[in-house]
Amino acid sequence: MGKQTALYDEHVAANGKMVDFGGWDMPIAYGSQVEEHHKVRRAAGMFDVSHMTIVDVRGADAKAYLQKLLANDVDKISSQPGKALYTAMLNEQGGVIDDLIVYHMDGWYRTVVNCATREKDLAWMEQHITSFEVELRERPELAMLAVQGPEAIAKVAEVLGGHKAEVAQQLAVFQGLEVDGWFLARTGYTGEDGLEIILPEAAIAQFWRELLAAGVAPCGLGARDTLRLEAGMNLYGNDMDETVLPMAANMAWTIAWEPAERDFIGRAALEAAKAAGVEEKLVGLILEQKGVLRAHQTVIVPGVEAEGEITSGTFSPTLGYSIAMARVPKQVGASCLVQMRNKEVEVKVVKPSFVRNGEALV
Amino acid sequence: MSEVRSELKYLPSHEWARVESDGTVTIGISDHAQDSLGDVVYVELPEVGSQVNVGEEAGTVESVKAASDIYSPISGEVLAINEALEDEPETVNGSPYDDGWFFKVKPSDVSELDAALDADAYQALAEEG
Repeated sequence: MGKQTALYDEHVAANGKMVDFGGWDMPIAYGSQVEEHHKVRRAAGMFDVSHMTIVDVRGADAKAYLQKLLANDVDKISSQPGKALYTAMLNEQGGVIDDLIVYHMDGWYRTVVNCATREKDLAWMEQHITSFEVELRERPELAMLAVQGPEAIAKVAEVLGGHKAEVAQQLAVFQGLEVDGWFLARTGYTGEDGLEIILPEAAIAQFWRELLAAGVAPCGLGARDTLRLEAGMNLYGNDMDETVLPMAANMAWTIAWEPAERDFIGRAALEAAKAAGVEEKLVGLILEQKGVLRAHQTVIVPGVEAEGEITSGTFSPTLGYSIAMARVPKQVGASCLVQMRNKEVEVKVVKPSFVRNGEALV
Repeated sequence: MSEVRSELKYLPSHEWARVESDGTVTIGISDHAQDSLGDVVYVELPEVGSQVNVGEEAGTVESVKAASDIYSPISGEVLAINEALEDEPETVNGSPYDDGWFFKVKPSDVSELDAALDADAYQALAEEG
């Protein structure tokens, strides 16, 4: 038996099929994961993401500390409380220790990191406090619910009412604000509009039941994976890890090179790699014939000796065929080959972003 | 709890076989198998007129989560395949023992099914996971 979130009983009551996920008992689906996927693209679905790790960073040096720790620059959000920033946390070799979101709260910062990387992230963050005047505080007593889809914000507002509803409806994209002990952020991992809501554990079951009554569909990890892959969002451990540079994981845009004097961890290694040239990149693949691309299948770029590999692959419920992300030699053209089970198939190469706001991009 | 039908024979790899009144044998996958696979998105079936052999691969079923080979519980000639699965593979999830059947065989030796599992033995195996 793994760890259970405050919604465990609700998952079981909703017929959730529970699986182990990074030491937590989490629902993979409540019925058809494809139906859950469609609910998020067309209306609204909700995901229990309470297993994710919330770490608050406070203290006089909070900003300077995060500018050292993270490849993106929190200075971009420091003048506007409520702004969110997506970033990598790198090791000295430039490999990705984790990807995370940082919210600028009121003079302090909240980070949300992955659950599977919790121990190593916390150890790394502690270790690099050194002489910075900061205090890290994990918030296991907070629960987290993602409500996603074109109707998500309206449904949340309907259920919450009052001041929280007003805030939910006024948030800009990638903005988060605290209201009466709840933190509402217009962020997500699906490619749809919606909210990620951090709230006291004691309040989440009631909130879940009210959303359920309002017609918001419970969605499991299965739909979460197909939605994020369609949206071209990386999954830590699949699409990148400590051996992968952000430039080889479609995360170059998250590296803040300026100001040049900001000496974030991994900077020297990234600069050296950039000067030498990064040989691989993360691309999207689409297979319009029968079959499903899967992680770890080998990718062959005609005329190039080095092989590539699929990092994440699935059937896309929105597109009706298989899509994947793959790390391939940078010479890749408009198509390449994938070694599937017992055959080699030709696939199209596209930017790793397939669906946004319900619309196909490929 | 997934459904196991008493009149069927099963392989440990989760295919079922049903002997029809005309002597033909219909093959599909169990309720337990469809539940473990999750949403089925493609089914690749043998060609009508081709020969399948007991215990050998006769096709593939792919779900969003995983691909799985289909093994034939019996040898014989393929008489028909369930063409409806081409457009509606999800039928395998909704009706694994009826509308979600895979293919029909004219068996070369129906006694081959004696070696397959009966419902109780299959149920015990499915419960183990």
